[in-house]
Amino acid sequence: MNKEKENPVTFGPQPYDLPDDGGHFGPYGGVYVPEILIPALRELVTAYREANHDPEFRSRLDDFLRTYVGRPTPLTFAERLTESLGGPKIYLKREDLCHTGAHKINNTLGQILLAIRMGKQRIIAETGAGQHGVATATVCARFGLDCIVYMGTEDVRRQRLNVHRMRVLGAEVRPVESGSKTLKDATNEAIRDWVTNVKNTFYIIGSVVGPHPYPAMVRDFQAVIGREVSQQLSLHEGRSEPDVLVASVGGGSNAIGLFYPFLDQTRVRCIGVEASGEGLSGRHAATLTRGSPGVLHGTLSYLLQDEDGQVQLAHSISAGLDYPGVGPEHAFLKDCGRVEYLTASDQDALDGVKMLSSLEGIIPALETAHAVARLPEIAGKMSKAQVIVLNCSGRGDKDMGIIAEYL
Amino acid sequence: MSNLRRKLQSNHEAGTKSLGIFVTCGFPEKSASLPILNAIDRGGADFIELGMPFSDPLAEGIPIQRSSEAALLGGITMNDTFGVARNFRKESATPLVLMGYTNPVLHYGISNFFETAHSSGVDAVILPDLSPEESAPYREAAREADVDLVFLIAPTTPEDRIREIDNLSSGFVYAVSITGLTGNQIDEIGAVTQYLERVKTIVVKNPLLVGFGISSHDVAVELSRHTQGCIVGSALINKIEHLWSNSQLSSSERLESIQSFIHELKNGAS
Repeated sequence: MNKEKENPVTFGPQPYDLPDDGGHFGPYGGVYVPEILIPALRELVTAYREANHDPEFRSRLDDFLRTYVGRPTPLTFAERLTESLGGPKIYLKREDLCHTGAHKINNTLGQILLAIRMGKQRIIAETGAGQHGVATATVCARFGLDCIVYMGTEDVRRQRLNVHRMRVLGAEVRPVESGSKTLKDATNEAIRDWVTNVKNTFYIIGSVVGPHPYPAMVRDFQAVIGREVSQQLSLHEGRSEPDVLVASVGGGSNAIGLFYPFLDQTRVRCIGVEASGEGLSGRHAATLTRGSPGVLHGTLSYLLQDEDGQVQLAHSISAGLDYPGVGPEHAFLKDCGRVEYLTASDQDALDGVKMLSSLEGIIPALETAHAVARLPEIAGKMSKAQVIVLNCSGRGDKDMGIIAEYL
Repeated sequence: MSNLRRKLQSNHEAGTKSLGIFVTCGFPEKSASLPILNAIDRGGADFIELGMPFSDPLAEGIPIQRSSEAALLGGITMNDTFGVARNFRKESATPLVLMGYTNPVLHYGISNFFETAHSSGVDAVILPDLSPEESAPYREAAREADVDLVFLIAPTTPEDRIREIDNLSSGFVYAVSITGLTGNQIDEIGAVTQYLERVKTIVVKNPLLVGFGISSHDVAVELSRHTQGCIVGSALINKIEHLWSNSQLSSSERLESIQSFIHELKNGAS
């Protein structure tokens, strides 16, 4: 039970191999949950480790990624966007073309195959914008497992289309009335369900958050994004390393998925973009930029909290970034300076939607648009010989109601 | 030996079971907390658990969730809770335990929190989301401040882990009765007593107390057969909610009703 002292981590000569056995990324991560869940988490750690070393599991996952999700997703050269910014070549990693319209399914597919391997019959999940809920409901339908999705009543109202999608797929959507009635409270309720039904239930967490092993496991399932980028860039550019990677950060799974395979290659600059909502002095969701270390939903990471340690409400125009926590690995990567974190406001995101839609014919999700919005500034300081890869993490269909209201 | 441990010990030696009563600080309103603690004390509680409200109480069922939300809306802070503890301590020697979640403690500063707890007359702290794995700095701060740090076990906890938790825990070991939340119904009382009968032979260093889902004297007696006592929380929260929603009652009537509720939990209906 004694946790090992963490060694200081340097990037470069030694391979980056966090988390430690206890799920720590430096001081972050770990396991902060009621005792009832500890045996289930230990079982999950073991099952995941075994599955990871089982070639049959790997090949089954790869097969479904190829034939069901549609991987590899393309790496698209954004020619008009590149011309318009007048700097480096910009490529888009097209996670928006995944089945169900976002990167979320890379993770839900991995976790459901694990749940089946562990003999669990009942799947629960939390959702904010509904993308993770839809991705979970989808794989539950595909494999014939019971699916219950917790969603705050405020989000049920904002994201009605995704509620219908989940119900058509056979999931039970349970509206959550407690607290702020958004993702944070949906997550509380999912954890309470797990506490109560831990014997037969598998909890599919949607981002690189939660207690160990979730942050590492979700990262590993999403890292297919960065691995494909490396291979595809070799074909397009004759080199496997981009100069800059850019992705939006809510919980942080699409960003980690893109960055992770490149963390040891210190010449690759990694940039995460958080949501500054109405501005950093007002309501926002810029956890890494403005938060401080704290414990929420089973992990120690950066957190938006008040002076008494109560969790504050986040705000973003994008329901997928509207979360007061962030993955513990991002907290670590921020502190050691390996990844830079910028912000984009609600208005910036809407401008980002317009820019990518009009120049490339791709309507991005509002989450993705936060990353798009910072491209002009990032590209402005780079040369034409350089290469940026932006993770186009999802498509904007789900946001058309909100986008139409503002544009 | 701590004040709490002494109390549990002397009850045990006298052949009586100990009753711990949980109440959320600042519920239903800030000014009510001290009078409610005193009423619980007069009712005969052997120790009192004062809940430190948190915005995201993961292990709580609806009653304690609602009470925390109401207390936070009323503006309760950690320092208010320490103030209530200090004022209670001026009037009573009954052991006082703070119960809450890890984040407000971390944010307060771990050492600072335990030192302030000690100087406010607090005997022990329970943090249900602090796993033994992450507890080293908390245990150290608690030990230095001379405050007990109580850990929990659950029906899912394997035997070797129960032993380790007994070793780490001070004050007592808190056995969660069911795989569920505070205030949940206990469906099969036989299964719980079997579990406690098994656990009592493994927990040897600390007194064993049971909590979650205990709402009446009869259940308290049944579950205390294999423990040194039990803890009641949600049932009192429900009672307080009920009493405060009845505008016909004067505040002294409400407090008397709490006192007799505690008396009945401990002694049965007279």
